[in-house]
Amino acid sequence: MSGLTIFNAHPHLYWGQYGANPDTPWLRIGATNDKQGFLRIGDFEIATTGVLGSWQKDGRTQTRAFPHWATLPSNYSLAAGRKWHFLGAWVLGIAGALYLVWSLLNRHLWHDVVPRRAELEPRHIWQDVKNHARLRLPKGEAAARYNVLQKLAYLSVLVVLLPLIVLTGLTMSPTMDAAWPWLLDLFGGRQSARSIHFLAAFALVLFILVHLAMVVLAGPVNEIRSMITGRFRLPSENGPPEKTP
Amino acid sequence: MMIGRRKLIAGLGAGLTLGGCQKILETGPVDGFAQSLDLFTRDAQRLVTSRDALAREYSAAERSPDFRANGSRTVDTPEYRRHLAQGFSGWRLAVGGMVARPLSLSIADLQHMPARTQITRHDCVEGWSAIGQWTGTPLSHLLKLAGVSDKARYVLFRCADRYGDTPYYESVDMIEALHPQTIMAWRMNGQPLPERHGAPLRLRVERQLGYKHAKYVTGIEAIADYRDIAGGKGGFWEDRAGYQWWAGI
Repeated sequence: MSGLTIFNAHPHLYWGQYGANPDTPWLRIGATNDKQGFLRIGDFEIATTGVLGSWQKDGRTQTRAFPHWATLPSNYSLAAGRKWHFLGAWVLGIAGALYLVWSLLNRHLWHDVVPRRAELEPRHIWQDVKNHARLRLPKGEAAARYNVLQKLAYLSVLVVLLPLIVLTGLTMSPTMDAAWPWLLDLFGGRQSARSIHFLAAFALVLFILVHLAMVVLAGPVNEIRSMITGRFRLPSENGPPEKTP
Repeated sequence: MMIGRRKLIAGLGAGLTLGGCQKILETGPVDGFAQSLDLFTRDAQRLVTSRDALAREYSAAERSPDFRANGSRTVDTPEYRRHLAQGFSGWRLAVGGMVARPLSLSIADLQHMPARTQITRHDCVEGWSAIGQWTGTPLSHLLKLAGVSDKARYVLFRCADRYGDTPYYESVDMIEALHPQTIMAWRMNGQPLPERHGAPLRLRVERQLGYKHAKYVTGIEAIADYRDIAGGKGGFWEDRAGYQWWAGI
């Protein structure tokens, strides 16, 4: 995506206020002189030739960090990547703000997303973990409500990840740092904010992959219709034959 | 309809590739939209930033041990080599354009004017940052001295460095130009400005990304519009690579 295009301009991450080539990164994606790709985190290094640092496009070896199929645009253009990124940032920021205000006003967040005390019992959570691991999804009335793992996942995305992504994004802007210097204190510097922005974005991608997988598992037609229209057909209590033990 | 584990894993693999849509950005109306979005970002940032909001200033201990040099690290002309050998004693800074009294100043002239010293963070568009100490003449002082016109909307910086035959240049608007931390710097970390950092004179415009900080500056011009200058986008990288003119983010 466009963030990976921007990362490719400087594929190092640092902690603190400053960080550039002469300084020590905590994460680095690169290629050796003989075009062997690597990912280095602290002192730990793994070979990533073919995926990160060194990969093939149209039969030619390229040594950018993230490969063409993961970046937007697919050729390397920092300027175009930034244009897409800030367009996306405005859409995310405006839609996110509207959603938050609306969900607080109609109490959707409180009613449906914040877990009840009983749901936070370790036994209840463990049972839900086991159900998910066996892909035994809720049936009947229970399927109409979010289960506790779902609630915790949504809540951490809504009140942790997304705000973190927006605020660390703003901390990378020199104009915003002049306007709101507390951003630098909150994240411990612009380079720390850049690292957190990157980590939070990957956490969000992970959420999206799991979320999509669960939609597919739970019956995509019914689920997507319910997201858009609110109409949800309760899965039968008996379940399909291949799921019965 | 329920799907088992095996199908799930196969489906996830297939969904991971992403097509390219970079061509969309190169079409006329979309490029125009991107530029409007750029100015929308500027206006939104200006809405929450006071004109004189200062970029953070750091302590001497917080400076980068080694400040990365980027872009032009020298000017490969006999003229510049001569200036370098002579310690820039013959270097002139022209202040002109929409001003009542055009000026031609030596580095020594600048060093006799009021100066500002600041330890600030330099943020490159690529993502890296470096912290250094800069001493220089406030641009607002030079513009006042030259009697800048009320009708001037931008300040243009002409530079000695070139990419091929194309000279580097940059522009900022009056709000950034008159900002108290915007200086024409001639010292860095207590030493005369090094060659690779733009000797003898560079712009520091602390609320903007690195490509705005013109190096090897020979001229400052107050202008009404940058669209009739060079490639018309207001700066070298804006013309060459499509970087945003607004570099506050």
